[in-house]
Amino acid sequence: MPVTQYLLLSAFLFCTGVYGVLARRNGVLVLMSIELMLNAVNINLVAFSARLSDAAGQVFALFVIAIAAAEVGVGLAIVLLIYRNRVAVNLDEIDLMKG
Amino acid sequence: MADKAWLIPLLPALSFFVILFFGKKLPKGGSESGILAVAASFVLAVIVAAQWISDGNIVDQHLTWWSNGRVHITIGQHVDGLTAMMFVVVTFVSLMVHIYSTGYMHGDERFTYFFAALSLFTASMLFMVLADNLLQLMIGWELVGLCSFMLIGHWFEEKNNSSAALKAFFTTKFGDIGLMLGIITMFFAAGQTFHIETINRLALTGGISHGMLLAGALLLFLGVMGKSAQFPLHIWLPDAMAGPTPVSALIHAATMVVAGVYLVARAYGVFWEGFSIGHGGLNWMAFIAGITMIIAAGLAFVQDDIKRVLAYSTVSQLGYMVAALSVGAWTAGVFHLFTHAFFKGLLFLGSGSVIHAVHSNNMSEMGGLKKYMPTTYWTFVIATLALAAIFPFAGFWSKDEIILGAVKNGYPYIVVLGLIGAFMTAAYMGRCVFLTFHGEYRGHGHPHESPRSMSVPLVLMAIPSAFIGLINMPGVEKFTDWVRFEVPGVQAEVVKEHHFNPGLAIFSLAIAVAGLLVSAMVFYWKNAPAKGAWTRVPAFRALNTFLVEKYYLDHIFVDGVVGAIKGPIARAAYWVNQNVIDGVVNAVGVGAKAVGRFTYDVIDQKGVDGVVNGIGIGASETGGVLRLVQSGRVQQYALMLFAAVGLLGLALILFT
Amino acid sequence: MSHPALASYAAQNVAFWIIAIPMAVAAIGVVSMKNIVHAALALVIVLGGVAAQFLLLQAEFIGIVQILIYIGAVVVLFLFGIMLTRAPMRKTGEFDNDQRILAGLVSLLIFGVLASLLSSQFSGDELRLGQPTPTASIADSVFRTYVVGFEVVSMLLLAALVGAIVLARRD
Repeated sequence: MPVTQYLLLSAFLFCTGVYGVLARRNGVLVLMSIELMLNAVNINLVAFSARLSDAAGQVFALFVIAIAAAEVGVGLAIVLLIYRNRVAVNLDEIDLMKG
Repeated sequence: MADKAWLIPLLPALSFFVILFFGKKLPKGGSESGILAVAASFVLAVIVAAQWISDGNIVDQHLTWWSNGRVHITIGQHVDGLTAMMFVVVTFVSLMVHIYSTGYMHGDERFTYFFAALSLFTASMLFMVLADNLLQLMIGWELVGLCSFMLIGHWFEEKNNSSAALKAFFTTKFGDIGLMLGIITMFFAAGQTFHIETINRLALTGGISHGMLLAGALLLFLGVMGKSAQFPLHIWLPDAMAGPTPVSALIHAATMVVAGVYLVARAYGVFWEGFSIGHGGLNWMAFIAGITMIIAAGLAFVQDDIKRVLAYSTVSQLGYMVAALSVGAWTAGVFHLFTHAFFKGLLFLGSGSVIHAVHSNNMSEMGGLKKYMPTTYWTFVIATLALAAIFPFAGFWSKDEIILGAVKNGYPYIVVLGLIGAFMTAAYMGRCVFLTFHGEYRGHGHPHESPRSMSVPLVLMAIPSAFIGLINMPGVEKFTDWVRFEVPGVQAEVVKEHHFNPGLAIFSLAIAVAGLLVSAMVFYWKNAPAKGAWTRVPAFRALNTFLVEKYYLDHIFVDGVVGAIKGPIARAAYWVNQNVIDGVVNAVGVGAKAVGRFTYDVIDQKGVDGVVNGIGIGASETGGVLRLVQSGRVQQYALMLFAAVGLLGLALILFT
Repeated sequence: MSHPALASYAAQNVAFWIIAIPMAVAAIGVVSMKNIVHAALALVIVLGGVAAQFLLLQAEFIGIVQILIYIGAVVVLFLFGIMLTRAPMRKTGEFDNDQRILAGLVSLLIFGVLASLLSSQFSGDELRLGQPTPTASIADSVFRTYVVGFEVVSMLLLAALVGAIVLARRD
């Protein structure tokens, strides 16, 4: 079966994730969008691993999963902290670094 | 020796400096330095003349002092017969005057200064005579003019004396305009050279156009008119008698005034071709000279001051010299210069002796001095006879040659005027002698003969006055051989020498004798029918006034020329200055101020500052806009990041 | 004509598409749903779909790990996060910010770039799916070739764990 359809799927998921990162207001939703992107990458890696019959792609996918999990944990902790400082977790309002 | 001729002016120049610095300390007040130097120069001059007579080689050498491309400023010497003759004349007369002055100026408070000026004058005159180029000649010319000014105004405590000095200076300076312009004209006409021999050669061989030569000759002649007192610039010479008599003898009789004649003689090629002298009839130079001869002689009749008589006589004789040159009788003119120096110098020295004795210049206070001052009397008579052109004295030969030249070259105008002038010369000199030495003494003091320092030069001068004319006697004619106009390389028979004509000689002699007789008659014949006619008849009285007033020339010059310049012309110039020139200057100033204001307001404040401020504002505005990018919102940054990535990817696809 | 390999390829193709379509829809749902909990659930669908794809690609170990980690732990974390931050549960229109249009454009741009690149490069490539990847070979890779990376990842996990606790601790 052609590889391109996996690649296209992965591209689609990635771009959807990009849209979500850019357009969603809630911090948690942004993190979810990031998860989308990471998964897209995973698909890509595994597809190529199957294509090239090399297990290295799957090993990378494994690492990505692990890192994604760590990142989500820390990210949510930060979101919690933001929530404690202000009641809403509206990314639009976090602009202390405003020039 | 001739190539060391530059020593001749050098010795008196050195004497000038010696007297200037050490004169006061010398026992005789500086006069010994002057006399020594001039005597040495005289000896050298005689040697140069002897050498010239024996081998006749023209010495023409120069050193280039400064050059710039084609123009060479040189200093040099040109020794030929004319130069040698002038050397002898100038040094001899100067020596006599030096010796004479030790007596005449004895006790004068500026004795040393006088001798310094005499030395400087002698040196300058010799320098001028030696010149081989027009520029050097002009330097000498101006220097002698300066010395004349200094010496005329020697007794400057009297206003008259300093005024006379200024008059002399300004009149000759006016003439010098012509001299300078003439030199410039000849310089360019001859292809940018000042060298006189070259100019003469080019003039005589057709290398210069006739128009240029005429222009140059006219301009140079203006200088001659000033320096050699031709009509109408003769007015300064009689007034110059305010100076001490030795000065008059040296400068205003024998040497300086003949500088103009010398210039014409030296650069004769220019004048010969410029005025077309060979064609006879009349030319400008002859015209002026003729007038000069007659009117000066006329004025000599009505003078009371003995020196003024002699001064007008000098003017008249200068007219003769210039007339001679203007009719082509070159040798005659130069010969007359030669003889005139001796007898006119002697006349002046003699008059000085008389003035010294009676303490007055006026002949009305003299008379009967024959018995008190025999030496002075007899030398004066010899000189008078020479001047009146009585055979065998010097003037006879020279004046006769002039008239002969005029006849042979076809200038009847000069012939007639020359003969009339000869008559008048004899007459007024006779009058002078009779009034001064004959009759009864009309003065107040006790006249006595002058000291030896003065009378010895008189005698020494009398010898050449009497005999020097004989060197050009028919059969001898040595002067014509020795002093001739020649330009190396030019064959043109410029000056046709004429031989002695006995008929003409006797005729002119008769006229001169007649003049003397008429003056004697006027003086002695107490009951002459025409006695008192001069003062009684109104026509004669009017003529007398006219003459006394010097033909009203002084009035014309002072009131007319000077007054016009002082009055309307000066006022007009002032008006132009105030309104036009100042107007322009003020307008420029106002304009500059306006430009400045404009520059400040518009260009600086608005323009430059606008640009500078604009840059600042632009920077801050841009910063302000760019600042908005930093919103502090992470998602915005992320947006920009992804957008950039996308665009870069696009570029990657499209361009690879 | 039916070839056994082709038939299995055809089956895998069909299976792919059957899984891919819901995944795509759910992905769009994640980024656009008004209800946050619904978005989280859509994420679950996506993650499940990804696991299914892995299985299709004969990567069994990864597939199972995906399910275990992502759906098991990460999504639970998300739900706890939603709860703790009192995100509004009801339908609101407040979840999208002002730059969504630009964001849409940018994402479309990136998709275009990626798609064109990938399709132009790999258009003719075929996947030959043989046996499922033995887990042993993955283990070999991890503990031999990439052991440094493995250690680092474990360090990372430890740091993340400690960090999350430190950050979120109430003191």
